[in-house]
This record gives sequence, structure tokens and C-alpha cells, in this order.
Amino acid sequence: MDARDSELVAALRAGDEETFRKLVREWHAPLLRVAQIFVPSRSLAEDVVQETWVRVLGALDRFEGRSSLKTWVFRILVNTAKTRAQREGRVLPFSALQDPGRVPEAAVDPDRFRPEDDERFPGAWASPPRDLPEERLLAAETRAVIGTAIDALPATQRAVITLRDVEGWSADEVRNALDLTEVNQRVLLHRARSKVRQALEDYLAPETA
Amino acid sequence: MIDTEALSCQELVELVTDYLEGALSPGDLVRFERHIAACDGCTLYVDQLRATIRATGTITVDDLSPEAERALLETFRDWVSGS
Repeated sequence: MDARDSELVAALRAGDEETFRKLVREWHAPLLRVAQIFVPSRSLAEDVVQETWVRVLGALDRFEGRSSLKTWVFRILVNTAKTRAQREGRVLPFSALQDPGRVPEAAVDPDRFRPEDDERFPGAWASPPRDLPEERLLAAETRAVIGTAIDALPATQRAVITLRDVEGWSADEVRNALDLTEVNQRVLLHRARSKVRQALEDYLAPETA
Repeated sequence: MIDTEALSCQELVELVTDYLEGALSPGDLVRFERHIAACDGCTLYVDQLRATIRATGTITVDDLSPEAERALLETFRDWVSGS
């Protein structure tokens, strides 16, 4: 078991409330976003997160550290969410995690490129990216636009971009937590980032007619 | 043998995440960098993807509500006293 995990588990087993509070806060958004892949509403996802912590505590004595504590907690979350989804009679979007590439999706609207049969430059920019004003990129309003764009993503893409780019997890951590292949993790991340970039371009550099 | 057939801009934008993740094959990496070196539109596009990642890293989402936190701490205390 890695050193930080050993400390965390020991503190939890010793009943240290501050450690528990810290973990619960730190992992809340990721847990919620991952739960939402499986259950249809925010309030069900909140329930799943609560139930997950109950199960985590119940199973803590059996945690052996073969995976990281984080991965272990997220595996419990995914199982809890799947069980809940089944109980709610929901068809699970397994394919969305296992085969996101099945339905192709363009990172940029194909109309912004010259057509394939263009005589000189097929597939070259017809309407190149418009400059994003650097000084507005980190403004509060811009952050709100990013939040809205992420909320509008399919749940799997939303979970992956939240873990990677909002929470700063590594690709391996995301793959382990969600049981994704390397390729699928990248496909989901690529689609999510592409759409957020487009939302920023639309907001910060709207097309002039 | 490395395939050096040129990438189009439309192909390149689909490879940006693989590029940033260090997942391009050696041949694709050569084609990618060769294209970027000569294309302002794609250079800007890659910069914007990087800027997007940076900006996304500054947002906060879904803070735990005080009620949910109270409920979880209650659970923890029950667990502590029961175990």
C-alpha cells in the first residue's frame, strides 16, 4: 500500500473525522460525475455517493491496498451506481464507456474545412480558428461558460473531462477509476475538450456575419 | 518505415489530444509536427486546446452541500461507534 493511503486508512480506522471530511470533500465532485454516468438524475447520484461511503466504511477493514484507495473507492461507486441503475430499471450505457468510438464525432464542424474534392487543399481550414482574447480566458464569466459546456456533454465525456482537467487526475487514475482502455479514455477526453474549446470560441470570438 | 504522407487540417484536429497525451505513433508525430510548423490555423488550434485545458482547470464544480456533509459525518460517527 502506498504511504499516503496507509496513513489515510489508519486515520479512518482510528475514527479521525477530519480525514474523513477531507476525503469526502475532495472526491465529491468526481464521485458525483461518475455516478451520473449510470443514474439519470443528480439527486439519485447524490444518493449513490452517500451509499458508496457507507459501503467504503463497511469494507475498509478488507482494503488491502492492491489498488490505490482512490481507485478502490471509485470501483465501489461504480458498482453501487450500476446496482442502483438496475433497480431503477435503467438501461446502462455500457457501450458509451466501452466503445465511445462507435459513433463518430468531429472535433470541429466539417463545414469549416475545404471539401474533400477541393482541387488544391482538401481538408484545409476554410474558416480557421478565431483568436481567443487571452485576458478574458480566466474571467468569471468565461469560467461559467466552461461549466455550462461541460454540463451539456454526454455523461461519460463529462466525467472524464471533470476528472482529468478540472480535478487534475492522471490518465491512468481515470482509466482505473472508470475501467476504461487507454484509447477510450483519450477518445472521451478528446471529444469533451473539443466541445469546450468550441464553446469558448463561440463565446469569446463570435462569428461576425 | 515512416509514413510521411501529409496530414490535412481536418485530420490534424482529430489528433490533438493524442499529441498532447504523447500517444502518437512516431510516424504520426512527424506528420503532426511537420504540419504545425507550416500551418498558422492549426498552430492556433493547438494553442487554443492548451488554453482550454488551462481554463478548465480553474473552474470549480459540485461542492459538497452542508447537508450532505452532515449526513456523511453522521454515517462516519455511527461507523466509528459501531466498529
